[in-house]
This record gives sequence, structure tokens and C-alpha cells, in this order.
Amino acid sequence: MVAWRPATLAADRWETDSARTLVLDVPGWPGHRAGQHVDVRLTAEDGYTAQRGYSVASADEGERIELTVQRVEGGEVSSYLVDVFAPGDAVEVRGPLGGWFVWDAASPDPVVLVGGGSGVVPLMAMVRERRRVGSRALFRVLYSVRMPEDRYYRGELGAHRPGDGGVDLFVAYTRRAPEASPRGPGRLGAAELNTHGFPAEFAPVCFVCGPTGFVETASDALVALGHDPRRVRTERFGSGGGAR
Amino acid sequence: MTEPEHVDANALAGPLSEILSVDLTAAERRCSVCGACGVFAELHVTVDGPGLVASCPVCRTLVLRLVRTPDSVWVDLGGTGVVRVRLET
Repeated sequence: MVAWRPATLAADRWETDSARTLVLDVPGWPGHRAGQHVDVRLTAEDGYTAQRGYSVASADEGERIELTVQRVEGGEVSSYLVDVFAPGDAVEVRGPLGGWFVWDAASPDPVVLVGGGSGVVPLMAMVRERRRVGSRALFRVLYSVRMPEDRYYRGELGAHRPGDGGVDLFVAYTRRAPEASPRGPGRLGAAELNTHGFPAEFAPVCFVCGPTGFVETASDALVALGHDPRRVRTERFGSGGGAR
Repeated sequence: MTEPEHVDANALAGPLSEILSVDLTAAERRCSVCGACGVFAELHVTVDGPGLVASCPVCRTLVLRLVRTPDSVWVDLGGTGVVRVRLET
């Protein structure tokens, strides 16, 4: 049984107007692998509880983990975590959870990461873990996001930090692209997955995370491009942006 | 007709961790009805109801149902089929 542990907010960062990264101190945290998630539980004074799953965004770094939470209209957990939860406050977390949507940091295989919206969160954990362990595995990240202001981790993902050599980022803006962008707004399609991913002959491991419809479309396209379905790992979080 | 919203069985990892000592989501499975082979995490999970309902992504057979009450976990494994859990060696 995975224990519930108290988690205290140590610091926070706004990623966008509606998404906030929570830096949590979790005494006794056993460590995690990139791509895993946690369940977060809130308990009201009257004993009412609510819980929701969120991907860990940070590399495996001791007893501190980061989650990035997107505010969802009507989402009781996400609204609290984004707008009310203050430094020093505590929630409970259970994890790390899930052993499938996980990048093996010891593997030299090339990696294709495909994220839609807040589906980029566990992919960021993989990029950070790659940097932390000094992996040389080649990463190609395809990030689908509505408009420039909605991008998470703007100063970090694709910014060529030391240790990120071999990580390429392609951003597909679906509603509005930056003015200087040669690519107009539009959905991430099979042709772009082909151009900006790796060829199937390279046998990459592919991780696809995002809203259910996005994940189905992108994973189907990868399989149609010849990728082995067993090497296409998916994580769907429904239509909202709040869970994982 | 729209289908009910589904996620995938990664979402079962937490609820199942209350009653299982292994992580079932990474286990391989063979469907009891259509014989499709895959990984437990690939099951479709519907979360709109009072519990979690997992179905085969290929044939939609109901594989597992789980409901958490204040003092119990109810689990119906009726359609689970064959599961292979790899042990750490």
C-alpha cells in the first residue's frame, strides 16, 4: 500500500495565467521515475475529502517534488491548488504511482515526447531527469498548445540549458501562433510528427500525453507512421486540463 | 451519440495501490473476450460515475470496476482475463 504523506507548499511559480507550479516538501518521499504521478487529497474542516491525480513535473531530487496544476472551470481540487493553496499550507499526496508511462533514464534509446496542453508536465519531468542524470539519449519534444501565452516552462523547455544538448523542441500552436512564426495556427498532424519526431526505423520510445482526443489522434498517427504500438506509451487525462 | 469520457488505466494506480502490493498498471494482460494483448495501463477508464470502470481498448469488454467507500474498496475483476506481473529479479 502506498502511504498518504503530508506535503507542504515550499514555493510556487506561475507558468501561465491559469497554471501554477507547486513546489512541495514531502518528508519521506521515496523518490520517483520520470513520468509517474501522484494523487493529491484535500480534506475540509468538516471531513469532506476530494482527490485528483497530477503528474510530477520535477526530476527525482530528494524529498521535494513539483506539480504543475492547471485551473479547470468547476474543478474543486484544481481551483484550490491554483488560487488558494499558500506557502506553508499542507495537503496529502500518495505516490509515486504508475509504472508504465515512465522513461527509463538508463536507456540510450531515442525518445519522442508528444504533449498536448498540460500533457507536457510529465514530459518536462523526463527532460529534467535526462539533464539530472547526464543522459545522452536523443529527445524530440513536440508540444501542442493553443497560443504562446499558454506555454508552460517557457524559460526552460527548448531554451538550450546546459545538459539539454540533444533535446529538440517543436511547438505547434493550434489557435494563434507568434507573429514571426512561419507556421500558422493548426493542429499537430501526422506530417509534423514524421518531420519533427524520429523515423520508425530508429525504434524510439514514444510518450504521448494530453487530452483524450489529442492522445488518440497522435498515437494513431505514430502507429500509422510505422512505430511499434508497444513502444507508444500514452497517458490520457480526459477533456479537462486539470488532472495530469 | 457521444461516448462517455474516458482516461486510461494509469488512473487506477492510486486506487489499486490501496489493496495490491504490486503496480498492476505496468502488467501485461490478455483480454478474456477478444484475446487482445497489451498492458493494463492501456485500458480505457471511465471516471464519470461513482466508481472507476475499466474496459478493453479493443473490444470494449468490461474488465474491472472499482468503487471506494469510506471504509472499503469494492472491486469486480470479472473480465480481467490473464495478467502477467513481472517480478523484480
